[in-house]
Amino acid sequence: MRAFLSGNEAIARGAYECGVTFAAAYPGTPSTEITENFARYEGVYAEWAPNEKVALEVCIGAALAGIRAMAVMKHVGVNVAADPLFTVSYTGIEGGLVIVTADDPSMHSSQNEQDNRNYARFAKVPMLEPGDSQEAKEFVKHAFEISERFDTPVFLRSVTRLSHSKSIVSLDDPVGGSDGPRIRHDREKYVMVPAMARLRRGEVETRMTALREYAEGFSENRIEMNNPSVGIIAAGVAYNYAKDVYPHYSFLKLGMVNPLPEELIRRFAADVETLYIVEELDPFIEDQVRAMGITVTGKERLPAMNEFNPGIVEKAFTENREPSESAVAESGIPARPPNLCPGCPHRGLFYAAGRLGCFVTGDIGCYTLSFMKPLEGIDSCICMGASVGMAHGMSKALGDDGKGKVIGVIGDSTFIHSGITPLLNAAYNRSNAVTVICDNRTTAMTGMQEHPGTGRTLQGEETVRLDFARLAGALGVENVRIVDPLNIQETKTVLKEELAKDGPSLVVASSPCALLKMKKSEMESCYTIDTTACTGCKVCIGLGCPAISWRSFETYGIPVGGKKENKKQKGVAVIDALLCTGCSLCQQVCTFDAITEVRKNDA
Amino acid sequence: MTRDTKSILLVGVGGQGIIRASDILSVALMHAGFDVKKSEVHGMAQRGGCVSSHVRYGEKVYSPLAKEGGVDILLSFEKLETLRYLHYLRNGGTIIMNDAEILPPAVNLGEKSYPSGIYERIKTAFPGVVSIDAYAVARQEGDIRMANTVMLGVLSARLDIDESVWETVFTESFPGKIAELNLQAFKHARHA
Repeated sequence: MRAFLSGNEAIARGAYECGVTFAAAYPGTPSTEITENFARYEGVYAEWAPNEKVALEVCIGAALAGIRAMAVMKHVGVNVAADPLFTVSYTGIEGGLVIVTADDPSMHSSQNEQDNRNYARFAKVPMLEPGDSQEAKEFVKHAFEISERFDTPVFLRSVTRLSHSKSIVSLDDPVGGSDGPRIRHDREKYVMVPAMARLRRGEVETRMTALREYAEGFSENRIEMNNPSVGIIAAGVAYNYAKDVYPHYSFLKLGMVNPLPEELIRRFAADVETLYIVEELDPFIEDQVRAMGITVTGKERLPAMNEFNPGIVEKAFTENREPSESAVAESGIPARPPNLCPGCPHRGLFYAAGRLGCFVTGDIGCYTLSFMKPLEGIDSCICMGASVGMAHGMSKALGDDGKGKVIGVIGDSTFIHSGITPLLNAAYNRSNAVTVICDNRTTAMTGMQEHPGTGRTLQGEETVRLDFARLAGALGVENVRIVDPLNIQETKTVLKEELAKDGPSLVVASSPCALLKMKKSEMESCYTIDTTACTGCKVCIGLGCPAISWRSFETYGIPVGGKKENKKQKGVAVIDALLCTGCSLCQQVCTFDAITEVRKNDA
Repeated sequence: MTRDTKSILLVGVGGQGIIRASDILSVALMHAGFDVKKSEVHGMAQRGGCVSSHVRYGEKVYSPLAKEGGVDILLSFEKLETLRYLHYLRNGGTIIMNDAEILPPAVNLGEKSYPSGIYERIKTAFPGVVSIDAYAVARQEGDIRMANTVMLGVLSARLDIDESVWETVFTESFPGKIAELNLQAFKHARHA
């Protein structure tokens, strides 16, 4: 049977087909759908862990119990999981252990574009890199075989253009897997105190030597000999871009990018006249090939940043290419950045907080989008959980001058991921910063995943629900307030009161994600602007709501029945009834009573 | 039927049903016997940002992304997005455009203006440009949310895929009654 699957769906399918029964992950674009899809197969266990470190540790535990386990994360998630990664490389495993890292060249949904192939070398772990969905499915199977054969965790690297591309995959029935779970004591292998770690350290070198030999004959490292004037070494999606523009050249397609097959590379290099290396991001293969003493052309022609496409690869190796014709000038097109949704509770919070003159340390999630005009709601964003520690550090550095001036804002899922320890730190070290949890009861940015604060698991079971207020109390935060961010005045008042207090405060801005509300029920009412009462003051425009737009008289004329309030008035605001969710924020800020609630059908 | 790799680029704004449309198109091409790859970026795009989906088909497709100046058909769900992605179209390529304006944030804020005369500008360079009001047609067919189906219908008239294949794919893609409605809207647009 054939199916049209995304790279992520194919990875999930591959795991299912080769008897993987255990997966743990933290959601992160572009990796999220792997675990979501895997969780739907019969007879498997899959969970959202609070962060990637926990996800990997959970999977190490499962692998030590003798079953095949898969930990899934985006590239920056591996930073969080790096601690267990570097040592499970020493211990090895019982059942197969595969870590999927989904990198994001061009940073479509990420704060950096680190090349995680470097982790494979750094942690001395083999890494496979598929180039389309069919390969993604098959490479999962190779990864588990290699893991068990060489007693090692194995990386499977995806990138956005694999994870979120679709292609045709032939499906197979599930076969194999482990003999089932068991307990096996092996303290010399699994207790990494210095004396035993030193022994395992040697095993790692032996294993990598064996893997280098294996790579020479690995079926997915293959030479496609064609015109020998040019040979191209490539892996993953970059191979497909190069093959698209240079089908007549010879290729060495690498399915395994760590360790590299040195003899195979030497043989290929000897058989072609000119050798190119086509790889996105770092010169990872190129540097190693150069170190073999082989002459290659790579990063001097190709960019070392951003993802490729066939056009970039073609341009890099084609001399004097004519510029592509563009019939209509396309400069000055207004950008269309992603925005907070209509009805988003974060909008109320940032509108209120934005009027307090504070430095707001932000974090990773939908609310990061509030940095844009007109809200300009956050002043920094570094990584998951950074807002809480940074707010504390800044508040300490500013001393008395910083009192009432620093707020750290973090989402509910992000707080659970990495915000708890810095909040404990803020309590322990008596911070004056105010921490705000934007609790919208879901992991919204990655597509509405459950987390310990939602009371439901990945596989739909009801479970205990984390109580942020009680947790903060236990950590030593005495001042804890809960507000509705869709009530601007209340939110502003509570923030002001907490900023005025000594010691750490936590404000939980609690209101469900607008998309979550939409899923539950059709909104029945929305708001409309009475164009005869609107004075064109633009206060509601300052909310940055996609449902509200500015209609200048110059372009659109004066609306029927409307009038110019005074000579200065240049237009009116209008609300798109289809987009409005009835959150009422615009009505709260309008001082001319021009905005009224109506039933959706009457709008 | 030519088997060289062809590229269709679907563009528009998050929420317009572009990814759904490109899924249906790709599966139809697969059923019609082509190798197919498609690519788009999810995530941030959901929040009202621009969305573009590349669909490539032929005997054997390598890259899921088309190159700039290499797209055969640009299926645009929004006028401004047509301009944004026009440089992807090859010389002599086909444009099918929804006559819809969705204002970007900077235009909403009154900081920038929405370009005027987009259709006329494009028409000068691509006289064959097809412009339809997919929202109006979809509303007539019973649900404005079927605008993406209407766009697919117009596109399908220019592709070598049997109508029976589309029927199968629509039936597989939507539940009963909704499949019927969509198929009807699709056919009206296809034969208009």
